[in-house]
Amino acid sequence: MLGKLRRLSQGVSEIALEESERLPSAERRRFLRSGLFTAGGAMVGGALAGIAPKALAATQYPPEIPSWTRSLGPGVVADPYGVPSPFEKDVIRRNVPWLTADKVSSISFSPLQHLKGIITPNGLFFERHHAGRPEIDPQQHRLMIHGLVDRPIILSMEDLQRFPSVSQINFIECPANGGMEWRGAQLNSLQFLHGMVSCAEWTGVRLSTLLQEAGIQPKGKWLLAEGADGAAMTRSIPLEKALDDVIVAYAQNGEALRREQGYPIRLVVPGWEGNTHVKWLRRLEVGDKPWMQREETSKYTDLMPDGTAHGFTWVMEAKSVITSPCPEMPVRGKGICQIEGLAWSGRGKVRAVDVSVDGGKNWQQAQLREPVMSKSLTRFSLEWKWDGNPALLQSRVIDETGYVQPTLGQLKAARGTNSIYHKNAIQTWKVNADGSVVNVQLS
Amino acid sequence: MFSFLKSSRALPGICLGVALVSAPMTGVAEPAGHYGYGASATEEQIAAWDIDVRPDGMGLPEGSGSVDEGMQVYETYCSSCHGAFGEGMGRYPKLAGGDGSLAEDRPEKTVGSYWPYASTLWDYIHRAMPFFAPQSLTDDQVYALTAYVLNLNYIVESDFVANKETLPEVVMPNQDGFTWEDPRPVVSNERCMKDCKESVTVSDSAAGKNLTPSTTGPLDEGITE
Ligand code: HEC
Repeated sequence: MLGKLRRLSQGVSEIALEESERLPSAERRRFLRSGLFTAGGAMVGGALAGIAPKALAATQYPPEIPSWTRSLGPGVVADPYGVPSPFEKDVIRRNVPWLTADKVSSISFSPLQHLKGIITPNGLFFERHHAGRPEIDPQQHRLMIHGLVDRPIILSMEDLQRFPSVSQINFIECPANGGMEWRGAQLNSLQFLHGMVSCAEWTGVRLSTLLQEAGIQPKGKWLLAEGADGAAMTRSIPLEKALDDVIVAYAQNGEALRREQGYPIRLVVPGWEGNTHVKWLRRLEVGDKPWMQREETSKYTDLMPDGTAHGFTWVMEAKSVITSPCPEMPVRGKGICQIEGLAWSGRGKVRAVDVSVDGGKNWQQAQLREPVMSKSLTRFSLEWKWDGNPALLQSRVIDETGYVQPTLGQLKAARGTNSIYHKNAIQTWKVNADGSVVNVQLS
Repeated sequence: MFSFLKSSRALPGICLGVALVSAPMTGVAEPAGHYGYGASATEEQIAAWDIDVRPDGMGLPEGSGSVDEGMQVYETYCSSCHGAFGEGMGRYPKLAGGDGSLAEDRPEKTVGSYWPYASTLWDYIHRAMPFFAPQSLTDDQVYALTAYVLNLNYIVESDFVANKETLPEVVMPNQDGFTWEDPRPVVSNERCMKDCKESVTVSDSAAGKNLTPSTTGPLDEGITE
């Protein structure tokens, strides 16, 4: 180990020596004397003190040699917990200030226009809080499992981590994603139109493992999940789903859940509406009937044109959206353009995605990018030769059940414009002659 | 005794001390689960956290509150956001009104016009309101507020007293307005590939509507305080 370290530091010394070799002799002596380059090979600071910097060129690309190629950067652990480059400062979650009374019970949107894979970075995962983000001490946090069980138990976070763990990649989508657009095109932004979906690798304990540990009694048919936040958010979930693929997650993309995502534990209910994925989970109760909580009666029910409503509409039906180009990412000029996007289904895997550039008259099958996983975001792409004329781009997903993503017209004909939730219609982007992209709706 | 048996059976020796500390003696005579992790939940612990209330009244505690009492509590803790008559201040939710509006172009979903069960009102006020101080009200106050909000919606008379017997008896106007089975998929699009429609007309565009917050630079603060 020590030997290896010494070899490493030797390596560094060699680079430093080489660097000094290139300097004019007077400067070289100063460099070696300056102590920047010490006997142990440790480099102190990044700048070569005393060396007159060459006048900075206006550009850094060829034929210039960039300044960062002629200097040293900060060392390791300059950021003990790494953060994105300052040049990525626009890549942040954003909210729509006019949407909610305050930020405590509100929503923020993921910047889908900047995301390059299927995994949402933890700091960019969309947020939906009902009473703000609690600051929970995991040492003090407990999960209680009770109700129609043989052995009511209380688990500490350490207890939870002793159970066998599983990892799965699942999207979470708020059922109100796109819900501002039932009556017309309002927002001109991919982020605000569709950014209430994110996807992560979740690690935790199967809910079935925990419920079996407590011993479900024969009369048990339903589960109530409750959060420890100031909204004590609750949802009723049928045991059939609870025992199928639900997990109590403590990790997100390999690290502890972010506080915004329910630290220290949350439910992950694959393919079901985001609200069921109860964050800051503190309690699971088994019962024989649903509880008809506020979040499954007043909210998260779909009002139909005749004034009746559909409740327990848990599944997020298949949806897709072109993420590039989009209003934030215009087409950069005539010629070949990679149309790229994301597709997902709460009922399983994405089977295919079709893309239209003429508003849905004709369609071409896009390529799916691996991996294609159940109840997870899936990438698609299609190469398109843009002739510079206005175009209407659409994508349409077909999931493994054969369900074809509907048009907005079809969805409105079936469900009117007042259901708020579950708007999974085909999105249309209009590409203007100057390459700019606008959110439009077709009649 | 029980927790000792449980831990010695399920845990390697090194974990024993931890398990003994974290598993209190409960006297619950149930055998341990397969893993035996954690502690048995005592009745007292369960009672303190088990706050949910069902339409059949399961979970409602002792206590009671009248419409009149509710009016006082409401004016102190609720009206600043929800309005003196439940009409809602600013963008805070309305709690009353909207009767018969559900099939209209602009429906108003309130406790009175939309909520199927009165138990949900007790449950929600108790767990989440007042917004800035959740779980700070007494059970009697919650009963009184429930009675008052129901009265604001003309669902109970002004002499109504809410308690665990009377509340489950209240029938909400929209109780039968819900289907609790997901009818979807209700739309079946076809996977047409060629000449799928004759013409395409853009009916609406977000361009120029000026509703979109900025997607570059710092957060758009807009009208939020
Ligand atoms: C600081 C403002 C504020 C105060 C004070 C307040 N509320 Fe609320 N109330 C809210 C907000 C915000 C919501 C919506 C929360 C959400 O959806 O996450 C809400 C939701 C509700 C709802 C559910 C409405 C629906 O249609 O789903 C009820 C019922 C309610 N409040 C009752 C009360 C009562 C009773 C009090 C007094 C004890 C009270 N509130 C005090 C802000 C407030």
